[in-house]
Amino acid sequence: MLQLYGTDLSSRLLLGTACYPSPAIMEDAIRASGTEIVTVSLRRETAGGGRGGQFFETIRQLGVHVLPNTAGCHTAREAILTARMARDLFATDWVKLEVIGHHDTLQPDVFALVEAARELCADGFKVFPYTTADLVVAERLLEAGCQVLMPWASPIGSARGLVDPAALVSMRAHFADVPLIVDAGLGRPSHASQAMELGYDAVLLNTAVAGAADPVAMARAFAAAIEAGHSGYRAGLLEPRDMAVPSTPVIGKAVFA
Amino acid sequence: MKLIINGEQHELSSATLADLLAALDYEGDWLATAVNGDLVPRTERDRVTLNDGDRIEILAPKQGG
Repeated sequence: MLQLYGTDLSSRLLLGTACYPSPAIMEDAIRASGTEIVTVSLRRETAGGGRGGQFFETIRQLGVHVLPNTAGCHTAREAILTARMARDLFATDWVKLEVIGHHDTLQPDVFALVEAARELCADGFKVFPYTTADLVVAERLLEAGCQVLMPWASPIGSARGLVDPAALVSMRAHFADVPLIVDAGLGRPSHASQAMELGYDAVLLNTAVAGAADPVAMARAFAAAIEAGHSGYRAGLLEPRDMAVPSTPVIGKAVFA
Repeated sequence: MKLIINGEQHELSSATLADLLAALDYEGDWLATAVNGDLVPRTERDRVTLNDGDRIEILAPKQGG
């Protein structure tokens, strides 16, 4: 069973709530995925609007854990304030910490990320940092107090999958006891399977499900792929070989010539 | 006095942040607030007095990835 900051979880899928064709489809996709953690954001509310309240009520009724993000923040200061506002609103000390460093790739600003993580962890937050697969940054995040790391697979929303599997393998090997979640860039169920076959503990998705022609069916497909990849990893995968190895015994083969 | 609320300038005379939320028809328990870059927890909104030029952010839960 997966454990994140002391919370036991049976699903290894964390799902975003953005970009669905409708709130009803989002709800159905969340249910179909079996996820127990959904990500949400904070945005400016219009006077007398109350739309945020409707969304909040929908999420509350689903009975899942809420993981607020700091999406769109470009400085540690912005991210820290957003995290504090999210804690006040959602009554959770969990935060998906994003500090964006590049407009085009949405690559994390790892320097500001570590700075924000240090302050938030000291303030009692349970930080889920959206980071790269850089091992030194990972070390700094752990030193700051993070107990989970979330490296990207490729840029957010790109659907390119694991562009640097070797870096993710290295990260898994270096941090064997730390829960690692691949966050961002997955486009297909096979990408999620691949991450799980590398020994990752979970994946975080949004666009690949929300942007599918049938988000509910895709949520189900990802859930199955994650389960398959995780089971395969636990079962012990064969290493690739350069040459063929016959599976049928050679000994006892009839000689007809 | 002039207040900057969610990036827009308003002319209001609300004494506290709680008064301002009521005056602008914000209601419900799903709001998060900050004044001049500092969180104002929901329990303290009626104790935070506003001053000319204050920058106020009023946020709500939205979809996110």
